[in-house]
Amino acid sequence: MGITKRDVEHVALLARLELAEEEKESFTRQLDRIIRHVDKLNELDTEGIPPTFHTLPELRCRLREDRVGEGLDREEALAGAPEREGDCFKVPPVIEDDRG
Amino acid sequence: MDYETIIGLEVHVELATASKVFCSCPVEFGAEPNTRVCPVCLGLPGTLPVLNKRAVEFAVRAALALNCEVHPTSQFARKNYFYPDMPKNYQISQYDRPLATGGYVEFEVDGRTVRVGIRRVHMEEDTGKLLHEGVEGGSLVDFNRAGVPLLEIVSEPDIRSPEEARLYLQELRAILLYTGVSDVRMEEGSLRCDANVSIRPRGSREWGTLTEVKNMNSFRSVERALAYEVQRQREVLESGGRVVRETRHWDEGRGVTFSSRSKEEAHDYRYFPEPDLLPLVLDPAWVREIGEKMPELPAQRRRRLVEEYGLPAYDAGVLTASKSLGDLFDRTVKLYDDAKAVSNWLMGEVSRVLRERDLDIERSPLTPENLAAMLRLIDDGTISGKIAKSVLEEMVDTGKEPRAIVEEKGLVQISDEGQLLPLVRRIIEENPGPVADYRGGKKKALGFLVGQVMKETKGKANPQLVNELFRRELG
Ligand SMILES: [Zn+2]
Repeated sequence: MGITKRDVEHVALLARLELAEEEKESFTRQLDRIIRHVDKLNELDTEGIPPTFHTLPELRCRLREDRVGEGLDREEALAGAPEREGDCFKVPPVIEDDRG
Repeated sequence: MDYETIIGLEVHVELATASKVFCSCPVEFGAEPNTRVCPVCLGLPGTLPVLNKRAVEFAVRAALALNCEVHPTSQFARKNYFYPDMPKNYQISQYDRPLATGGYVEFEVDGRTVRVGIRRVHMEEDTGKLLHEGVEGGSLVDFNRAGVPLLEIVSEPDIRSPEEARLYLQELRAILLYTGVSDVRMEEGSLRCDANVSIRPRGSREWGTLTEVKNMNSFRSVERALAYEVQRQREVLESGGRVVRETRHWDEGRGVTFSSRSKEEAHDYRYFPEPDLLPLVLDPAWVREIGEKMPELPAQRRRRLVEEYGLPAYDAGVLTASKSLGDLFDRTVKLYDDAKAVSNWLMGEVSRVLRERDLDIERSPLTPENLAAMLRLIDDGTISGKIAKSVLEEMVDTGKEPRAIVEEKGLVQISDEGQLLPLVRRIIEENPGPVADYRGGKKKALGFLVGQVMKETKGKANPQLVNELFRRELG
């Protein structure tokens, strides 16, 4: 399966990236090569082999006890914010329904 | 044309853990913005999530209570989206390998049992909160809720009316409360509900186009919003149009759903297995233990109240719907034998008094001991049922013992014939009309005369005795 310019535009939209026309062209070619490379894996016979969900199958998800610990105070938390207003992070205007 | 309504509900409920699901920040409602955060829930580089054991335990308990199959291995997944309520630009959720699947909830509708399938139950983290109002040129974000543990419970499209949707939610809420996995306070956002709604001509095998209804904030608004949406779809179809697949928001104030015109593209979440968390492998012994320690569930309590105390199904339903009311019943009948009398008082006066004061049972000073003592005071004739109502109010307001209240306020019932007889004779003298009516065969007139004595004694006269005295005097 090949990657088309439409795929690139779609993924760019999902990632909120604005691409120039020549970037779209070159990303289409690059992504297409990557996908084709990965597609090679499909040539392997995986019949009867369980899917790998993690590369460390011998390990289990560690659980922690439900105990409250120390966090950041507000000033520390907001220190890395590009923009703040009062006690909050400030972000560009968004419409509620972007989230879906 | 006769249409069939098809509804599926997606419920998010907050798990009642002390700390967040992947970090140790406290979970609290109403904290100052951005004061319950840490590098993990702020998505700072280099941090890793560590799963909260209690959140898993609660999720498993809820899944078992919903009759689901809990899977020995499940997997967390990243749900990718660009919206600033999550600093990581993804939400950790579960996708193709959820914690549990294939359960059901049963409840009664007009005396018949309805079973609604549970498609899946999975864990995820809540997002931060965006504040739009009064902000110039942007939105403000509070990340206190980012990382709060949630359980998503997805029903099969088995619900056939807006009323059934409400009853399903009420039963679900009761189950979550009884299992203690959530406080389920809808007004604090700890239970949220979205609905998929479609209609089709009755008898048709094909599905209609569905719409997703969001923003319903109470059980009542769920029922209203769905009733509106069903009617709207019907009108669209009947005027020859077609229903558009879309997300619609419920506007509580205007009582309508409106299209939010979201682009379908925004729904491409590109899920993939969460690389920062290993698959969740549950120890079967632990799952068994959680099942064995399952508290009594609402359906079991309803059955027990009928079988053990001989209560009518209606009473059992009312007493079970509120866990605290049911708990008060259970504790009171241990102290006082007449279960039906306890039930009547709890469903009637106790509920009324608490409602008038906007009080929860847990937060009121009403105790089973005092309630039982009050019922005994009625039985031994110390107070009338009418006086008991004001004694109850005082008990709820002050937490005092009923006997102390009765003595303090001089509420002891007058059962002394010598004290009541002169009053009865005076009332007969003063009311020749009703007296003549009674003698003329209108037995109802007696009620009026008794009422006069009760009024004169401020409700303290023993009503049986007053009745008897009138009959004797007028007989
Ligand atoms: Zn945190």
